[in-house]
Amino acid sequence: MSTDPDQIRIAELVGKSDVLLFMKGSPLFPQCGFSSRAVAILNHLGAEFDSVDVLQDQGVRQGIKQFSDWPTIPQLYVKGEFIGGSDIMMEMYESGELATLLEEQGVVKAG
Amino acid sequence: MPMAADEIEALIVAGIPDARVEMTDLAGDGDHWAARVTAESFRGLPRLKQQRAVYAALGDRMGGVLHALQLTTAVPVQE
Repeated sequence: MSTDPDQIRIAELVGKSDVLLFMKGSPLFPQCGFSSRAVAILNHLGAEFDSVDVLQDQGVRQGIKQFSDWPTIPQLYVKGEFIGGSDIMMEMYESGELATLLEEQGVVKAG
Repeated sequence: MPMAADEIEALIVAGIPDARVEMTDLAGDGDHWAARVTAESFRGLPRLKQQRAVYAALGDRMGGVLHALQLTTAVPVQE
């Protein structure tokens, strides 16, 4: 277990939300093309998700890279598991894997 | 200074010797790249590990001087 306060905080965030997107900006106003694409994919699949704007939080912005062992943002977590960045999300969206994953985890909006 | 395509490609190949890299300039500004990396050594690895291998090859440039790299990884199609 890390004692770094940022790592602890990130672990808490990841544990709190079934689907969590670390991104630049907000889902309504993404501040980067990759984050925008990640939001569009989740919206299109009807996923219910929370987001963290790393631009508002330097500790999370730097810490998430170590936490996930992944150098870029956005980053998607589903039920505490790191799924990948926007390129992996796009590949999994196109292959149908992401829809299947979200349905299996029961995190798609009803209706 | 943004990174040139051949510089990015050379770093990837240095880290993944069997990689074949196709670079595409997404915005025409020499700063927003797409890389498609195909390597036999990716076979059997989940996508996360394939992409982590590419990121490892690029080191701390990723997210720094190289801020916009769209990345696709694949294994060669067998004849």
